[in-house]
Amino acid sequence: MSTKPYDRDRSKTKRLEMPVQESALRIMNFDEVALGYTTEMAVKEAGRCLQCKEPQCVTGCPVGVLIPQFIKALGEGDMTRAVGIMKSRNNLPAICGRVCPQEIQCEARCVLGKKAEPVAIGRLERFVGDFELLSRTHPLEQKKDTGMKVAVVGSGPAGLTCAVDLAKEGHMVVIFESLHTAGGVLVYGIPEFRLPKAIVNSEINYAVESLGIAIRTDHVIGRTYTLDELLSEHDSVFLGTGAGLPSFMDIPGINLNGVMSANEFLARVNLMKGYLFPDYDTPVKTGKKVAVVGAGNVAMDAARSCLRLQKGRSGRDSGNKVHIIYRRSRDEVPARREELLHAEEEGIIFDFLTNPVGILGDSGSNVTGLRCIRMKLGEPDNSGRRKPVPLKGSEFDIAADTVIMALGTSPNPLVFFDSKGLNRNLNGTVMADHETGRTTKTRVWAGGDIVTGAATVISAMGAGKRAAADIHKFLTLDNRWD
Amino acid sequence: MYRIIEKQSLSDITKLMVIHAPHVVRNAKAGQFVIVRINEYGERIPLTIADFDPISGNITLIFQEVGKSTKHLGSLNAGDEVATFAGPLGHASEIDYYGTVICIGGGVGIAPIFPIARALKQAGNIVISIIGARSQSFLFWEEKMRSVSDELIVCTDDGSYGRKGLVIEPLKELLEARASGINRIWAIGPGIMMKSVSMTTRPYNANTIVSLNTIMIDGTGMCGGCRVLLDEGASFVCVDGPEFDGHKVNWDMLLSRMQFYRPEERLALEHWEHKCNLEASIDERGK
Ligand SMILES: Cc1cc2nc3c(=O)[nH]c(=O)nc-3n(C[C@H](O)[C@H](O)[C@H](O)COP(=O)(O)OP(=O)(O)OC[C@H]3O[C@@H](n4cnc5c(N)ncnc54)[C@H](O)[C@@H]3O)c2cc1C
Ligand code: FES
Repeated sequence: MSTKPYDRDRSKTKRLEMPVQESALRIMNFDEVALGYTTEMAVKEAGRCLQCKEPQCVTGCPVGVLIPQFIKALGEGDMTRAVGIMKSRNNLPAICGRVCPQEIQCEARCVLGKKAEPVAIGRLERFVGDFELLSRTHPLEQKKDTGMKVAVVGSGPAGLTCAVDLAKEGHMVVIFESLHTAGGVLVYGIPEFRLPKAIVNSEINYAVESLGIAIRTDHVIGRTYTLDELLSEHDSVFLGTGAGLPSFMDIPGINLNGVMSANEFLARVNLMKGYLFPDYDTPVKTGKKVAVVGAGNVAMDAARSCLRLQKGRSGRDSGNKVHIIYRRSRDEVPARREELLHAEEEGIIFDFLTNPVGILGDSGSNVTGLRCIRMKLGEPDNSGRRKPVPLKGSEFDIAADTVIMALGTSPNPLVFFDSKGLNRNLNGTVMADHETGRTTKTRVWAGGDIVTGAATVISAMGAGKRAAADIHKFLTLDNRWD
Repeated sequence: MYRIIEKQSLSDITKLMVIHAPHVVRNAKAGQFVIVRINEYGERIPLTIADFDPISGNITLIFQEVGKSTKHLGSLNAGDEVATFAGPLGHASEIDYYGTVICIGGGVGIAPIFPIARALKQAGNIVISIIGARSQSFLFWEEKMRSVSDELIVCTDDGSYGRKGLVIEPLKELLEARASGINRIWAIGPGIMMKSVSMTTRPYNANTIVSLNTIMIDGTGMCGGCRVLLDEGASFVCVDGPEFDGHKVNWDMLLSRMQFYRPEERLALEHWEHKCNLEASIDERGK
């Protein structure tokens, strides 16, 4: 099964831990938590790969990165070749290596995982991505101008990937973004300590400069221009506007002061750099007792940002508390494993099998706490997960002066304003073909969270890539919609 | 970057700025707003569109210098640039022929009420306007308002100009005199003024539209920070508004939410003024 240079004994050992900032230190700052492998570590970990003839890891990757091949190159110390193999499928490895849920994708299928620990594919991907960020061994190349114009709406991973692939083919691409910076959730949602903004900006600037992609920030499609106006001025339009609309629970007290969506909290912290207030103008309030509702990546990011704001402001041990309130148990936590572990290490208090039924306030409309009920797991529901059911009479209160709702998001309908013919599902997602990204409206494609609902960076990139291939075919081959 | 074309002082604390932003002008309508961010460090400031010119691509904004951001914006001059200018946001005012309408502008609210009054007048309505301010030095655009109104009433709280008293006093008289003859009322100004207008018109069942200026971040429905509680539930001011039926708004909740960041706003202002003073004294010494 394995080829020569790979040491079978090594494969049985544990995967190499990645150095991290120690938890007592890192909760005082917003610097990156995970520090990445050194070259020696990366080469050593690469040596654990068995180089399977029929690699299962690849089947777990939404964009089909040629995992054994890039790891082989890495193990042989040939970084440039590793980058080339990586980039043939994934343009943003430095980002994906940091945020993909590898434990349920590639690493879940690694055969080593059956007996020992799977190869740390994500950490190796990150290493390759970081190497390329500094050395740029594989410049983006552009074919000659086709004279075709494509509008991409939204600059998150779906829009960026689609734009880059189309620009490489020689189409003129303009990205329209409603916020003042490009990057989507990568800049407004995921915090600096998990994904440094310098990395996102470097990737975007590099693509823009190499391929001449225009990014029009401050352009809210549906308001600044309508979708139909874009269609009249471009040959095709790709919608990658994500799922940015926050949901609030339908419980009493939701409008009290101190209750906010995770989107608001994270936008204040990340997009507006509220953690640097007052050097930056936008304030962000975190009280002494924070309750974050939900246990996805968004909830972990909000809770861990709160902790850092509290520690940064008032020093340690001053009675500050951050709770995560989740209606299922630890096993069902949807966040990346690494984020859950880091959150636990950092001292976030987890209230599992707990669900809020009301928010308590004082006479000045300020939050004072959360009334919760205990849950137990019942029969599996449609999704196969065991459904949480409330335990009668188990209500209790948690004191809180800040409540952050991280309950999932849905597509923002603003982009459809005044445009007809684009069909949507009941939950607000756009109907689009999985393989091509074609919507029900002629010359309009869509992909990423706008189609799937809140999902992952890599699945959004995959959708952007597939749509770009179909748009290219449409523009250059047959121009047929049907 | 978006260039400031012109700057005027309308009163001691009220500034007018004309900013070149053709992308925003193209679809701009009365009642909508924009989001401005001064520079990399700035916050996103929502400001109602006071006027716009499709030919030049310029937008006119009028704002009162109250906190750090508006003072900083007011310190910029023609030729300077701002980093962000996004819009037009929110829904346009529902301009139609209603019959007789009253347009009320309080303080800096005189600016956004102007294009609405103008559009209502153009739609054939009889427009009665009431503008008010703390004192004469805070009043502006009286002539502009008169030019689009069939009747204009001017008040000041201290009686330094026009009628002494609040805008709700002449409003009440108008409603008493011809309640059934008033088909719609628009009121824009400080929260407390819009609340008192809504309370005044409620007993007469007079359809009252207010334009809410809540705290915002993105202005596109993404954060929910702008939410307001209406009779029928929560609504986002930036995408569902900014105009709402004043009789449905939970005013106490709204006014309290608008106070929430006061301590931080004060801190930001102190921090900025301190920095300005430092820079000034360094300049001084440089000379
Ligand atoms: C806090 C947080 C943490 C996450 N952590 C992870 C993680 O660890 N791993 C992972 O794989 N995934 C994670 N996700 C999910 C992941 O970020 C998303 O699935 C992914 O970003 C979706 O990409 P997208 O391109 O579809 O949309 P987005 O990234 O949402 O980008 C959409 C862009 O479109 C813009 N836009 C919206 N409407 C308009 C309009 N009308 N006109 C113009 N522009 C518009 C938006 O401003 C935005 O920039 C996280 C999400 C959040 C919120
Ligand atoms: S300002 Fe963010 S949703 Fe309205």
